[in-house]
Amino acid sequence: MIPRISGTRLAGIAVLLAGAAAILYGCAGTPAEDKSASVEAQTIAMMKESFKAHGQAGLDRLDQDDTQRLCSKYSTTPPPAAVAKKIEGENLAKVRYPADGKLMGDWKKGEKIAQLGRGMQFSDDPAKPAGANCYACHPLAPKELSYGTMGPSLYQFGKKRGYTEENRRYVWAKVYDAEAFSACTNMPRFGERHILTDEQIRDVVALLMDPESPVNR
Amino acid sequence: MPRKLRSIPGAAAALALAVITVTLPIVPVPAAAQESVEKAIEQYRQDLQGGNPAELWEARGEEIWNTPRGPKHASFKSCDLGLGPGIVKGAYAQLPRYFPDAGRVLDLESRLVWCMVNQQGFTHAEATKVTFGKGSRKRSDLEALTAYVVAQSDGTKMNVSLADPHVRGMYEIGEKMFFYRAGTHDFACATCHGSDGKRIRLQDLPNLTKKADAQRAYTSWPAYRVSQGEVRTFQWRLHDCLRQQRFPDLIYGSDASIALTTYLAARANGAAYAGPGMKR
Repeated sequence: MIPRISGTRLAGIAVLLAGAAAILYGCAGTPAEDKSASVEAQTIAMMKESFKAHGQAGLDRLDQDDTQRLCSKYSTTPPPAAVAKKIEGENLAKVRYPADGKLMGDWKKGEKIAQLGRGMQFSDDPAKPAGANCYACHPLAPKELSYGTMGPSLYQFGKKRGYTEENRRYVWAKVYDAEAFSACTNMPRFGERHILTDEQIRDVVALLMDPESPVNR
Repeated sequence: MPRKLRSIPGAAAALALAVITVTLPIVPVPAAAQESVEKAIEQYRQDLQGGNPAELWEARGEEIWNTPRGPKHASFKSCDLGLGPGIVKGAYAQLPRYFPDAGRVLDLESRLVWCMVNQQGFTHAEATKVTFGKGSRKRSDLEALTAYVVAQSDGTKMNVSLADPHVRGMYEIGEKMFFYRAGTHDFACATCHGSDGKRIRLQDLPNLTKKADAQRAYTSWPAYRVSQGEVRTFQWRLHDCLRQQRFPDLIYGSDASIALTTYLAARANGAAYAGPGMKR
């Protein structure tokens, strides 16, 4: 069947959702904000009709959490300080450290996780572990030349910052939920969104923080 | 410049070359490869002497266009892409647009499906059975037809009118969708396509929020994908981007796919359409 929404139905949904949005946002929008909220409601309604669940990617993937909703408004400009503070605070509260306090794993496994781009796509086998694909956006170990430039270079990260417990905790938390430190960053929240397991995050921390890791040689 | 289909033997030779050269490296590209991939594609273009294997799809698409088909035994000569029944020249450069007979804004591909269903008598399932082809045993009529139609806009300036409120509405929704972050990875289109001079691994990313990049990107699709040996359409481009965004499966010809296309097509307005293109 052709997925279509009739004009009337779409308008109906839009009004309903815009109403709900107005209540959520406290009804005090400027005309431009009202317009934007109405388009947002139409967009969400349309998307729900335009995708189908496939493999591990259900329609709930379209639902936004607070961070995603706020950051959708600040894609090309940084969020205002108050918004950034709210996002970072909410995400910092979600960072969970491992119960046994062990932050460092095996950098060799971490390198494999950093290389692997598979994971969470509807075309991926959900039984296989996801990768982090760090190299998609960052230079890390110097022998890998196929790296992206979306994020900063992490070459010699541990060596430059210092191999301290404080820095290991920072790297753990940054990989776990990058939004805790940099609101509306492009970097996924690997722990908070259950992309990586605790064990995998340990291995990635080791890749960045183990003096023996090729990142630090 | 109006485009003329090359002779079939010429295009066949081009495809033979395409098959030979299809082993071009795909991601992850080995060491020091960014430049060499571009060089390889450039060499490949030179070998084809300006030809593009997409011409084979164009030729097949033209044949399908002119052949009566379906339960109603109708050809696409009665299919109106916006400029009148059967008129293909320049039509793609003005799509998406609002079609009163369908009561919807449609892009080229959804309009082709509309004509197959409403004029040729196919069911929607039949018309969309093969949207994205896979080799000679699973060829897509929609890819062939799309290649044929878009080639008739080669050199035509993109001119998607937002005067119609339906089209304007779809543009606004498409824009929202472009910046809509969701899924396991918090990705929006803008995550990868919202800043200048970035790349994923070795793949350069156009900044689609900038006019020049948006124009260059949109006018080079659909394209012959050397790594896949197939012509890929704009619906394919969106579908595969959203797969990598970890979104669910974008339905072919769905309203959201058309809204996003409307946003991106209109942002290319003013640039000469230059497809089908050729990509790695």
